[in-house]
Amino acid sequence: MKYILSILLLMPAFSFASENEFVISIKDHKFEPAEIIIPAGKKIKLLVENQDSTPEEFESHELNREKIIAGNSKTTIYIGPLDAGRYPFFGEFNQETAQGAIVVK
Amino acid sequence: MFGTAIIVFREVLEAALIIGIVTAATRDVPGRARWITAGLFMGLVGAGIVATFTEVISSFASGIGQELFNAIVLGIAVLMLAWHSIWMASHGAELASNARKVGANIREGRSACSILLVVVGLAVLREGSETVLFLYGIAASNGANTSAMLSGGFIGMLLAIGLGYTIYAGLLRIPMRWFFGATSALILLLAAGMASQAAKFLIQADILPSLGEALWDTSAIVSEQSLTGMLLHNLIGYDARPAGLQLLFYVLVLVCIGFGMKITQDKSISIRSKERDLQCAV
Repeated sequence: MKYILSILLLMPAFSFASENEFVISIKDHKFEPAEIIIPAGKKIKLLVENQDSTPEEFESHELNREKIIAGNSKTTIYIGPLDAGRYPFFGEFNQETAQGAIVVK
Repeated sequence: MFGTAIIVFREVLEAALIIGIVTAATRDVPGRARWITAGLFMGLVGAGIVATFTEVISSFASGIGQELFNAIVLGIAVLMLAWHSIWMASHGAELASNARKVGANIREGRSACSILLVVVGLAVLREGSETVLFLYGIAASNGANTSAMLSGGFIGMLLAIGLGYTIYAGLLRIPMRWFFGATSALILLLAAGMASQAAKFLIQADILPSLGEALWDTSAIVSEQSLTGMLLHNLIGYDARPAGLQLLFYVLVLVCIGFGMKITQDKSISIRSKERDLQCAV
């Protein structure tokens, strides 16, 4: 009984975490996927995985975020809660190719 | 090459402007050149170390180490600038009127200089480490135009240092009676801007609430990517889309330092007039 209760108690926490987590990877100085859709009015956790060997800086003036991601490493960036709209971001160290956007719906 | 120049320019500009303003503000503090050079050197060494350990710093505190690191570095710089402003408020006038006499007071001069060292060192450390990583990325990718990009970076660095020197030279031309007011105001705004940046990192790390993601949006009027936007960002902490917490930190630092300066100024004036009365009595 105790066991079931604890699972029941944990369940909403788990679903909450996965619902608000989004993953973007960087490969050959490009974001994949280049566009993600997130819900409006909610704080989300963006996991950025840099698969290149060189460092990159995730930057967005619209989102007001900047974070360096070392080569072959992962990082977490918290975003929002945001209003609906399109929020472009880019990799500052490879701006020609590294372009993406977060679409809030 | 052009793109590289802009990125390096942007990174170096902040440190160059801070050094320019702080160097001008302390023009009568004896021995400051040595301390500033030492700060610069330590900042460069620190930047190399931080760049090397980027991944370690990032993974610290479950992925928000970088934000914590930046917020702490900015926080220390704000405290140092606050200390400097308050110290200058009580000693600035004396320094200007009688540099030699205060120069003899080595202990006080030294404490002002150690603040300088920390402020300059931290500015170089933070902006320098990003520049090192960026240039390392270019060098490591070994592309066809690596040397052109690296020379672009060098040009960007020179331009930023040139602007830092321009603000230094410009400040020195200000007549003495306005000089302390002008440099104090600039340092006050510099500190408030840094506090706002620290707030941004604490929001990004989800340590503190944003209190509104974007209070307003002036990016259509002054874009942060434009030269004006960059200068305003570095000098007065301009942000086209500031979060509520950023504004709160900004105003809080302005009020606290301004208040501290006012108190010490009044105190030093009353002490000085008392001394004068005493001399007259003798």
